[in-house]
Amino acid sequence: MLADKDRIFTNLYGHHDWRLAGAKSRGDWQGTKEILDMGADWIIDEMKRSGLRGRGGAGFPTGLKWSFMPKTESDRPHYLVVNADEGEPGTCKDRDMLRFDPHKLIEGCLIASFAMRAHACYIYIRGEFYNEASNLQVAIDEAYAAGLIGDNACGSGWKFDLYLHRGAGAYICGEETALIESLEGKKGQPRLKPPFPAGVGLYGCPTTVNNVESIAVAPTILRRGASWFAGFGRPNNAGTKVFCISGHVNNPCNVEDAMSIPLKELIEKHAGGVRGGWDNLLAVIPGGASVPVLPKAICDNVLMDFDALRDVKSGLGTAAVMVMDKSTDIVAAIARLSAFYKHESCGQCTPCREGTGWMARVMKRMVKGDATLQEIDTLERVTYQVEGHTICALGDAAAWPIQGLIRHFRPELERRISAYRDAKTRASAKAA
Amino acid sequence: MSVRQLSPDQPASFAFKPEYSERAKRIIAKYPAGRQASAVMPLLDLAQRQEGWVTRPAIDVIAQMLGMASIRVLEVATFYTMFELHPVGQHHIQVCTNLPCQLRGSDAVVHACKEKLGIGLGERTADGKFSLMEVECAGACVNAPMAQIGDDYFEDVDAASIGKIIDALKRGEKPKAGPQNGRVHSAPLGNFTSLNDAPTPPPMQDLGAAKAAFEKAKADAAAKAAAPKT
Repeated sequence: MLADKDRIFTNLYGHHDWRLAGAKSRGDWQGTKEILDMGADWIIDEMKRSGLRGRGGAGFPTGLKWSFMPKTESDRPHYLVVNADEGEPGTCKDRDMLRFDPHKLIEGCLIASFAMRAHACYIYIRGEFYNEASNLQVAIDEAYAAGLIGDNACGSGWKFDLYLHRGAGAYICGEETALIESLEGKKGQPRLKPPFPAGVGLYGCPTTVNNVESIAVAPTILRRGASWFAGFGRPNNAGTKVFCISGHVNNPCNVEDAMSIPLKELIEKHAGGVRGGWDNLLAVIPGGASVPVLPKAICDNVLMDFDALRDVKSGLGTAAVMVMDKSTDIVAAIARLSAFYKHESCGQCTPCREGTGWMARVMKRMVKGDATLQEIDTLERVTYQVEGHTICALGDAAAWPIQGLIRHFRPELERRISAYRDAKTRASAKAA
Repeated sequence: MSVRQLSPDQPASFAFKPEYSERAKRIIAKYPAGRQASAVMPLLDLAQRQEGWVTRPAIDVIAQMLGMASIRVLEVATFYTMFELHPVGQHHIQVCTNLPCQLRGSDAVVHACKEKLGIGLGERTADGKFSLMEVECAGACVNAPMAQIGDDYFEDVDAASIGKIIDALKRGEKPKAGPQNGRVHSAPLGNFTSLNDAPTPPPMQDLGAAKAAFEKAKADAAAKAAAPKT
């Protein structure tokens, strides 16, 4: 298990002072100027060597993403946009960083912006996080007052402004181009890529959008060195990670541990185990609502990292582990997620707008078994017609949970359909 | 998609109160010149804080303030679900029923709210004090089930504790937000499984050596690129 001295988020539970004095005593804002003095190229190289992969779900290498920004400033200013629109069901890690470790994020914003030649950064925080936004704003004001950001950030000569922007309740704004649209004052409907934000982003200017956790871990990585961070987890899955463990466990919690920790160990060490014991486990959704569900047999041995979960046809996503014990109606659980995606589709692309509604309606019938056996195949076929045929990944996210259900729990779907039909036959026989 | 429409009953006019007007100016100043449309969401939120909901006249006033067509502001107001297009109660209770909350009993919490308030989802009590809604994931999943009341999250609730919270609100008290079962925020209930040691500043790597190594690697790469291909 990861030692406390190797944990980045030392105030994850808010049991220490989250304001500037407390943050400084935990090491934030120490040597920031020296890090900036190393130069943008060194910072990006060090981030690349750390092996950090984006923590927002897709797992794209962060240093590589930073290197896509133009090397010189033109008349179009560069922007860093931090995605704090956390809303993937199961995920609540960024919330703790925003409210209890805001200075880690602010310091990360400065360093990342400097490395990408951006003088301004917007943090887009979901509207529901009102109290979290309040803490963060207090921390931003503290950083300005202390000269850590502003006209001469940390005495480095770099001008850096940081703004907080609150969203208003749209899951789709977690998609980077929808977030940019929303920040520009429009409906959050994703843009076609290319052009990618690094070329044409916020206000038509070069922009990089990063998750809160990706930015907040950067200062510690640069302080302790790329090799320290790369020392955790398997190759290509480096670092520490904040996991959110929810559902049928004895002690749901957020916890930071090393990547590639076995799922079973994560649940038993930190969350007090599955309710009723490991053998009472039915299934786990390992990375937020959009990744496919895994049955117990796979959960027994799987590791929590990008590659291991991809190999079992699921994904690490946001590392939000939703645990379901044997009392769970697995079909109803996935149907609930289908209803969610129907609600959150932005309506722009036909396969998603119509497909999410269609899939949600069929899933609702599947819960009762009010369907024919052939409809299982039809449903699966439709998920593949939605997946990959939309501008953004919401269509994929709506399709994957259903694909996972059919892959691992088809007998349960068939059992319900037969039972429903038998009950109906009996009822009509009785009536006759 | 969720279908959202403006209320048929609208007030005749809207104007920001002076203190809200000041806040609006500060918000608009956050965005580059000519990009004031970016302030549309914060301004709609401000209008909602003043009036309790987003009205048609408020949409028109904000459009004028930001130099936007009214339809563009209407689009935003109807797209984002946090903008209330109908009057809501003084205490607007939003219970999350997404999967992590459902797994831990949010159905019972919704049921308790309905019983306690005598209203259904999307309804408001006759005295205008309470309204009830079901919402999608609010991002407090390890503290499920949860309800957002106004700006505050009430976490780790059950039928009994949500009932007590509603009773307190009825009495005009301010119930304590956060976890209702005694745990520390998102930490596991009982003993911490991590972060038991007092936090110490992390050690700083040798930046001089790191810089030297970086420069050497860069020089080596350049030399390799410059060397004639054999």
